[in-house]
Amino acid sequence: MTVFDAPNSYIGRSIPRPNLSRLTQGRGTFVDDIELARMLHAAFLRSPHAHARIVKIDTGKAARLPGVVRVLTGTDIAAVFKPYVGVLTHLQGMRSPPQHPMPADVARCQGEPVAMVVAESRAQAEDAVEAIEVEWEELPAALDMERALEPGEPVIHPDFGNNLCWERNIDTGGVDAAFAAAHAVVEETFHFGRHTGVTLEPRALIADYSKAEEALTVYYSGQSPHMLQGTLASRLQVQEHKVRVVCKDVGGSFGIKIHTYGDEMATCAAAKILGRPIKFIADRQESFVADIHARDHRVTARLAVDKDGHILALEMDDLTGIGPFSMFPRSSGVECNQILNLTGGPYRIPQYRARGRVVFQNKAMMCQYRAVGHPIAVAVGEGLVDLAAAKIGMDPAEFRRRNLLPDDGYPCKSAAGMRFEGLSHQAALAKLLKLMDYDKLRAEQAALRKKGIYRGIGLASMIEVTNPSPMFYGVGGARIAAQDGCTLRLDAAAGLHCLTGVTEQGQGLEAVMTQIAATAVGVTLACVRMHTGDTDKTPYGGGTWASRATGIGGEAVLQAGIELKRRVLEIAARLLKTKPEELDLVESKIVKRGTSEQLMPLYELTRIVYYRTNELPDDIQPELVVTRHYRVKDYAFVFTNGVQASYLEVDTDTGFVRLLKHWCVEDCGRAINPKLVDEQCRGGIVQGIGGALYEHCIYDERGQLVTTTMADYLVPMPVEMPEMEIGHVETPTQTSALGAKGAGEAGTGGAPAAILNAINDALAPLGAKVNAQPSTPEVVLKALGKI
Amino acid sequence: MPERIGITLKVNGEEVRQEVPVRLNLADFLRQELALTGTHVGCEHGVCGACTLRVNGRIVRSCLMLAAQADGCDVQTIEGLAASGEIAALQNAFIEHNALQCGYCTPGMLFAAADYVAARRPPNREAVREHLSGNYCRCTGYQSIVDAVCEVAAQDATKGGHK
Repeated sequence: MTVFDAPNSYIGRSIPRPNLSRLTQGRGTFVDDIELARMLHAAFLRSPHAHARIVKIDTGKAARLPGVVRVLTGTDIAAVFKPYVGVLTHLQGMRSPPQHPMPADVARCQGEPVAMVVAESRAQAEDAVEAIEVEWEELPAALDMERALEPGEPVIHPDFGNNLCWERNIDTGGVDAAFAAAHAVVEETFHFGRHTGVTLEPRALIADYSKAEEALTVYYSGQSPHMLQGTLASRLQVQEHKVRVVCKDVGGSFGIKIHTYGDEMATCAAAKILGRPIKFIADRQESFVADIHARDHRVTARLAVDKDGHILALEMDDLTGIGPFSMFPRSSGVECNQILNLTGGPYRIPQYRARGRVVFQNKAMMCQYRAVGHPIAVAVGEGLVDLAAAKIGMDPAEFRRRNLLPDDGYPCKSAAGMRFEGLSHQAALAKLLKLMDYDKLRAEQAALRKKGIYRGIGLASMIEVTNPSPMFYGVGGARIAAQDGCTLRLDAAAGLHCLTGVTEQGQGLEAVMTQIAATAVGVTLACVRMHTGDTDKTPYGGGTWASRATGIGGEAVLQAGIELKRRVLEIAARLLKTKPEELDLVESKIVKRGTSEQLMPLYELTRIVYYRTNELPDDIQPELVVTRHYRVKDYAFVFTNGVQASYLEVDTDTGFVRLLKHWCVEDCGRAINPKLVDEQCRGGIVQGIGGALYEHCIYDERGQLVTTTMADYLVPMPVEMPEMEIGHVETPTQTSALGAKGAGEAGTGGAPAAILNAINDALAPLGAKVNAQPSTPEVVLKALGKI
Repeated sequence: MPERIGITLKVNGEEVRQEVPVRLNLADFLRQELALTGTHVGCEHGVCGACTLRVNGRIVRSCLMLAAQADGCDVQTIEGLAASGEIAALQNAFIEHNALQCGYCTPGMLFAAADYVAARRPPNREAVREHLSGNYCRCTGYQSIVDAVCEVAAQDATKGGHK
């Protein structure tokens, strides 16, 4: 019997999260809820132009307004904050120039901060921003990524000679021959619009610099506190151990709150200059123009198949515009890199050729956002698969069955070089088809078509990158931890403190870690207290991104728990004059192994260890604290797999898409809390649906973002969203004892493909198809030739 | 026009007299002047619903109302609503169904949900979705919120029937 199938194990149980009561009572602590003594507020003047030289900034009038403490420009900030370069060396050839929190010479996108006001209140700071006078010399802007590399297009960084940030090529060598020999070839160009995170709590931080201690404390709404600590220490030249980053409640993050934003960095710099705490809370308009955007890819791709429907080769060309810089420290090349790594990943594809190009442009910066690259890779791969199935007259489910990697064929390697440890594509597809009653749904669809009702069924198989090793960032020189750690400490009254480097932003991490800790040590859930998001307290870790928290952070908890239990039983055996193997720790009680016979409550042992050490043998250390760190060694990433299906109806008169139902079967290895896995899937699916149907950052021809309110930028709301049914296959990873892989991003990664395929399935009898997301009514009506 | 104005209102049953800037909205007044930070600000233009609370018994968006307009009003925030016990069943259902992740939308969502339940409307999923459609949640995908509200609406049915 293992720790997982013991009758008292909390692992695999859908236990409610321990930290929800305060949130349902309005007693959370988000950054804007924190008030510090003598705190000031920052507001920013942002470039109104896509590309313009700053000829002169006159801050005199603003500085004299009531409540204004200081007005700072890029030059002031640059004096204390070193520039940063957002390249990863393992993405060979990538380039991006040094970037400052606020530019002193040229603004390179609308919304880039160029001056800041620090005042007694936010309202006073905003008043003063209006009074700053800037003389601009507007420059020609490079906006369209399709033209970014053409001769004659404005070059954003003249020293580079052109607007190329990075290019990657993959070629297995036999692609042309495979296409020449193919029975059928399908080709499509896909367009994916820019969208953004729209975290309900905007980006927020308070920077508090003590000149007396030369120490900086930052209260931060973010997901990687140690990463920010390193950035601030190196850029602001404060000793790293004197930079403390504290994340309390985080109102959604999704990859938005993990980057180096000029306004946030300038706020920290200003705090160092002024020696007073400064709060910066982005408002919604600022969030739209200054949060990172994502996606914005154009992919041209083709697929070759033989007469039996077996895939022979895939070729694709990805182009993406990332704004004027590559984002520090994760770079803006990763989404493109992922698309090249992942497209067609669920299938056996003998030959593969891909080119990815990442170009600079005068729009908001793009970077990693939930499911980085996956929505595009999956939509392209699955879109081609459906086109190929249709072309050879095969049912799309059958086409997948023939081409998905076999469940008994692991470990194996994809054409792009990704190594898979153990996946379950075939089992997941079979489960999905059963869950949705595929054949019955097809019959219903056919019957309704005869009545002029156009419903579509869309399938999407996928792989997801989770539990990344240092191959993601660390090898490229970024100060981003791939390992993570946990300290478990039993206190005098037998309370178990669990300190972890991974962070909570609503996904339920504290519940999951509580379950692992309580199970591994053998205590009740109620006696576990979680500590996350504080660089002064928690072990050094990477935080929460790339679906790593449970798989990597959770394994560290498990290993710490196993060792702590061993120590407890060793001490108990000495006190009870028996052998450790005769004992067990169950539900905070020392029992005779294999029985529920209590020999000693745990609190009695902790009391002796801490207060009556005279009763301990001399060779026993009074030390009930263990730290363990864990890293993924054998694989670059621990992949998960899943499959989704969408059932929807297209109104061919209005172009509106009505979502009827969504299904998802996910294999994230061992599920610690199945309910929370389901909810990650559901929330992720809806976020994916947002990008598939509604969400779009639209720029006009002068590079002005026109979708800067929630009335213009549409997000999924309850009434349009479908009911979602979730199923599971469990293939625990052998790379850890816990066996858990990530589950945070698969929903978002797969939903857009399922929606795209379902719309095209609905439109197929009309001879129409869409190839652009968001698939708005306008896109659908254009496809139908109605507008 | 004066820059500041005196207002007298009830907040969670207690009388509050204060002089406030005329341009201060109700959400900022509650958060900044009274330290009632359970009212969350998400968009400040009336779309996201995070700042939803009760004024004179009706749910409103406190970012679209000036503090000055609340003069003479009876305002209830999430802190008051939670302490009243009125939404205990909803709070429990939200926890049980994991109808919140980050919790930022939750105070406003609970006000909208309480409005549905208090009207003794039936546990109809479509109707609940329609009623909550002014409240944005980025985390959950809404299904668990609908589950929670329907569960409480159904409990209500066993107690006294629906309108």
